Amino acid sequence: MKIPENLKYTEQHEWVRIEGDTAVVGITDYAQRELGDVVYVELPSVGDEAKAATPFGVVEAVKTVSDLFSPVSGEIAAVNEALSTDAGIVNKSPYEDGWMIKIKMSDTSELGSLLGPQDYEKLVGKEL
Amino acid sequence: MPRETPLAQKHRELGARFVEFAGWLMPVQYSGLVEEHTAVREAAGIFDVSHMGEIWFRGPGAIDAADGLVTNDISSLRSGQVLYTTMCTERGGIVDDFLAYRVGDEVLFVLNASNTEKGFRWIRSHTEKEAHVEDLSEKTVQVALQGPRAEDVLKKAGMAELLSLPHNGHVSIEIEGLQVLASRTGYTGEDGFELYHDTRDSDRLWNLLFEAGRGFGLKPVGLGARDTLRFEMGYCLYGNDIDESTTPFEAGLGWTVKLQKKKFLGREFLVRQKQEGVRRKLVGLEMLENAIPRTGYPVTSGGKEIGRVTSGTFSPSLKKGLAMAYLPVEASKPGTEVTVLVRGKEHRASVTKLPFYRRGSRK
Repeated sequence: MKIPENLKYTEQHEWVRIEGDTAVVGITDYAQRELGDVVYVELPSVGDEAKAATPFGVVEAVKTVSDLFSPVSGEIAAVNEALSTDAGIVNKSPYEDGWMIKIKMSDTSELGSLLGPQDYEKLVGKEL
Repeated sequence: MPRETPLAQKHRELGARFVEFAGWLMPVQYSGLVEEHTAVREAAGIFDVSHMGEIWFRGPGAIDAADGLVTNDISSLRSGQVLYTTMCTERGGIVDDFLAYRVGDEVLFVLNASNTEKGFRWIRSHTEKEAHVEDLSEKTVQVALQGPRAEDVLKKAGMAELLSLPHNGHVSIEIEGLQVLASRTGYTGEDGFELYHDTRDSDRLWNLLFEAGRGFGLKPVGLGARDTLRFEMGYCLYGNDIDESTTPFEAGLGWTVKLQKKKFLGREFLVRQKQEGVRRKLVGLEMLENAIPRTGYPVTSGGKEIGRVTSGTFSPSLKKGLAMAYLPVEASKPGTEVTVLVRGKEHRASVTKLPFYRRGSRK
């Protein structure tokens, strides 16, 4: 299972990549494995508000529906449109092509409460 | 603590994920739901369904006792035949739906796991004292082999004699010293077999079939894919699509109700309902928009709730959101457009004929 060193993580299994004042968000390799085949992703619209630790969308596998939680607060700057036609990209490439939203952060201090790769690995280890 | 089937260790070795279902710890998934589902549609799958309940009617009066409990006609069943039936309350509510086997002068009911205890109590309290009814669920392993390559697997496993079974036929055979009751039945829409044997022989039949299936793409299949496979066929799942508040006529199971039978539980009510007609019907719904209907989601028309989804999922074979729901008769005609509320938002859907999936290999 991949847990890239350069990302931050949430306890709900989202990852965050920082690009300047923008946070790119997706779900982790562990999350996509637990979900199984992802068949539908519901995402917000560009311009919507994102709030830390609050659902921003939904990911559905064949038999399950799970909320997606925003790691940080801000404004939705972009959504991955490719997922609306092929949600399975989330399984194939959770950290790259399977990204979900980009958030223009309003409070970068929130990044401090996210997990580093080692802490996330520990969290996942407990759940395994 | 949930019970385990005699095959639990096998499932662990195969990397299964487990779920508690009806008091049993059952494999829900091995390699992945879609992969398992597809294996059954295109090759073959093997299922442990030992959680099902096996109730035997024996001794004098066994046939009559069994026949008086169910809506379908067991008295005209010949030995070696199986039929699907419902068992109803006086009010026509479905107590359980299951396969009934005529084995010589005995009858076997294979009850849903979630209903085995309730069903057995129901049967005991509604049969004459002289009829001998026995619950052998704890002593029975049930394995299902399903898919277009099921015959190939059986041939390879040295069980070619089963290939001559017609659909809904059964026979008792001996394989490597193992006594097996085998029927050409299933819950997937594919050709396939369901096999029963004593728990003493725990995993021998499973191993035999598993080894034989290696060259044919056989995969172990969990309850997850079992549900999507039955759903695509529009087969009812007890507790979701049918229960004691629904009748066979409402559920589209009128073909299992033989009103010409003089006597069976629920007959009076069902005769009346047949005359008066039902007010709601279980229908298939096909989403016309990109959304997945789930159990419990409201079905609306003109902004008003007209029903609820009883089973709904993304269909792995048809690659879209599908559902079953009870709708008022006026809204139950194929082609009728309704909406399903998904997280508070209306999404268009169309009433469609069942089964959803029509390319199965079932014979």
